[in-house]
Amino acid sequence: MAKNTIKVRAKIKGDECVVKTLIKHPMETGLRKDKKTGKKIPAHFIKEVVCEHKGEKVCVANWGVAVSKNPYLSFRFGGASKGDQIKISWVDNKGDSDSKTATIS
Amino acid sequence: MNLARRDVLKLSITGAALATLPIGTLFPARPVQAAYPDNAFQAKEVAKALQDLFGTTDTSAGAVKIKAPDIAENGAVVPVTVSTGMDGVESITILVEKNPSPLVAHFELGPRTAGYVSTRIKMGETSPVIAVVKANGKLHTASKTVKVTIGGCGG
Repeated sequence: MAKNTIKVRAKIKGDECVVKTLIKHPMETGLRKDKKTGKKIPAHFIKEVVCEHKGEKVCVANWGVAVSKNPYLSFRFGGASKGDQIKISWVDNKGDSDSKTATIS
Repeated sequence: MNLARRDVLKLSITGAALATLPIGTLFPARPVQAAYPDNAFQAKEVAKALQDLFGTTDTSAGAVKIKAPDIAENGAVVPVTVSTGMDGVESITILVEKNPSPLVAHFELGPRTAGYVSTRIKMGETSPVIAVVKANGKLHTASKTVKVTIGGCGG
C-alpha cells in the first residue's frame, strides 16, 4: 500500500464544501516507450478515486490513462459543516491503494 | 452490461482485475457506485465510449461550461474544469476526441454534490474536449477545442 500519496484541502465556502486533492501517482499510459530499451512501459494508473463524507460517497471518479501524472481533482458538495471528516481513497490498476482522512475547515 | 463485464473479468485473470473485482461485487447496492467501465475506457471512438457508458449516444447541447485553455503548451497537463448550473446532476464525463482512447474520466456525483469537477488531463494532439453531464436521466454536452503544441502521449 502506497503511503502519503494524498494531499487534501477541504474548506467551507458559502453553503458548499470545496475539496481539492492532489495525488502522487505516475499515471503511465502504457503507450510510452522506455528510451533506453525501446520497450513499452506498462500502464500504471489510478482507476478509481472515492470521496466519502459521513459514510456517503459524494464523488466517485473513474479514471483512464489520460488523466495527468500526479492527478489533481476538485469538486464541491453541500450539507457539510466545519470540523466534519472527509475520506479520500484511490485504487490503481495494479491493486495498489491509499486513503486519507481530512478535516473540513 | 454487468454480465459482459463479469465475463471479461473472468477471462482476464490478471492481478489488477482480481484486485478491483471485490469493489464491484461486495457492495452492489452503493448509491453512487457503478462498476469500473472497462469497455468504455478502451473504446476508440467517442460514440462507442458513450454507448458503453450510458447505453445511448443521444445527447443534446446543454448548459454545460468547459473551462480549458485555448492553447495548451504541454499536452501532458491540460487543466479542465466542467461546471453546470443544472440540478440533479448524476455524473460528469470528460472525453478528448482525438486521444487514442477518448474517454478520460467519469465522475459519479452524489445527490449533495454540485455539478462541478476540475482536474488535469493529457491530450495527444489538438482536439475538441467534450464534457457530458448526466442530469435527471438526460445527457447534456458541450465541447471546446484545445490546441496542443506538445503532445502528452509520447516520450
